[in-house]
Amino acid sequence: MATLARASRSEIETLLGVPPDHDLLKAPETGTVMVEGRAGGAGRRFNLGEATVTRCVVRLANGRMGFSYALGRDGRKARLAALLDARLQDEAEGSGLHQGIATLAARQAAARDLASRKAAATKVDFFTLVRGS
Amino acid sequence: MYVAVKGGEAAILATHDLVAEARRGDPAVPEISVAQIREQQALACARVMNEGSLYDQDLAALALKQSQGDVIEAAFLMRAYRTTLPRFGSSEPLDTAAMAIRRRVSATYKDLPGGQVLGPTYDYTHRLFDFALMDEGGEAAPRKAPAPLDATMPRVPDILGAEGLMEAEEPPEGDPRPFDLTRDPVSFPADRDVRLQSMARGDEGFLLGLGYSVQRGFGGSHPFVGEVRVGEVAVEFVPEELGFAVDLGEVTLTECQMVNQFQGSKDVPPQFTRGYGLVFGHSERKAMSMSLVDRALKSRDFGEATNYPAQQDEFVLYHADNVEAAGFVEHLKLPHYVDFQGELELIRRIRREREERLAREQDTMPEAAE
Repeated sequence: MATLARASRSEIETLLGVPPDHDLLKAPETGTVMVEGRAGGAGRRFNLGEATVTRCVVRLANGRMGFSYALGRDGRKARLAALLDARLQDEAEGSGLHQGIATLAARQAAARDLASRKAAATKVDFFTLVRGS
Repeated sequence: MYVAVKGGEAAILATHDLVAEARRGDPAVPEISVAQIREQQALACARVMNEGSLYDQDLAALALKQSQGDVIEAAFLMRAYRTTLPRFGSSEPLDTAAMAIRRRVSATYKDLPGGQVLGPTYDYTHRLFDFALMDEGGEAAPRKAPAPLDATMPRVPDILGAEGLMEAEEPPEGDPRPFDLTRDPVSFPADRDVRLQSMARGDEGFLLGLGYSVQRGFGGSHPFVGEVRVGEVAVEFVPEELGFAVDLGEVTLTECQMVNQFQGSKDVPPQFTRGYGLVFGHSERKAMSMSLVDRALKSRDFGEATNYPAQQDEFVLYHADNVEAAGFVEHLKLPHYVDFQGELELIRRIRREREERLAREQDTMPEAAE
């Protein structure tokens, strides 16, 4: 679900292919989640502010349920992600769909790695000037 | 006093059309898109998300477009929209120690685990115009280090904390749910969770001014930036129907840990004290101002004098919210015709009475002077 939450709608659409028949148990709905922080990073909890979240629950013809929860307001993405979640539970590990998720996860990890390497290029190397003569 | 009067509908409709035209500007210039604002005015979007108290980059960009770049009007749009949405619940508390770092600097330690990472910052620019941006700037090609940063970097106060030199920051007994000022009225003295929530959605300029006042002597704080970090943190949420934590994706955050001078007591040896700031997006000025004021607001907890505005929770919390402040200041524009008629009548009566009194005094004055 973490990978799907970070994937774009078109990535999910491509991976899912033709959407299977399903019932909408919970139609795509946008609401908020109150994001909590901790004072000092580790202390008392406090409310930082809300974030938009869209959720969806589907049931495939075989009864399998799929869930989707992700930041943002994309209802279509939520529905497709819930369908994918249901399909993934039915498929064996190592199947095409699971491989597709692994590819998405690898792409996301590569993007994180690239961002981190760009930040690392701005890391300071201190050197001490020789003082006096 | 407000009195319902009718009229003005046509004028109001006409102003809607006119403001739409004003917002669009010269039609010969291409219209700006929401995606362009989101991608190219990200710091403005961060401010709107903070003061609107809603994390959604697309909505922040739309709010800026709709408000012609008026940040407070944009925050107002965010607040208004938020009230139309159901709330699914609260997230698990964010773990900023696990942040995917893009920038992280410390003014207290030169060599700290993970290092000083400047990231994208205007701090070391010369503030000279780049006239090349008058035309299209083209694409930047940032350098890449061969290896990424350390996967996790310790938060600087935790380093000091390990030595016992830093005021401990631990959840109270039972790790209670935080107060939510959007649901319950605030009372004073306000606890730390209320103060932090209020400042997180407070006006950046107001907090900057208060933070500055503390530094200049109206609060006597002499802090060091223990750390400022900017990056992405996962938001986790436990949906009722699932019963386990789901990763909703990432938000960009800025965190500031300010290290302040000592406090101690009979039982506790002297320790540095903390000020904390946490905000949405890349907003260092806001996070730093918040951490300055957070420390100032701890004055009472530490038994210090609270003589200055930044140390007084009621003053800070009641005036930090720019949507509320703008509402009360700007309501003065609305019709007060009846109120003002009353004032007019009053001042005329006072003047009439004064003239009558002066005339009476004139009449009774003896004419002996001549």
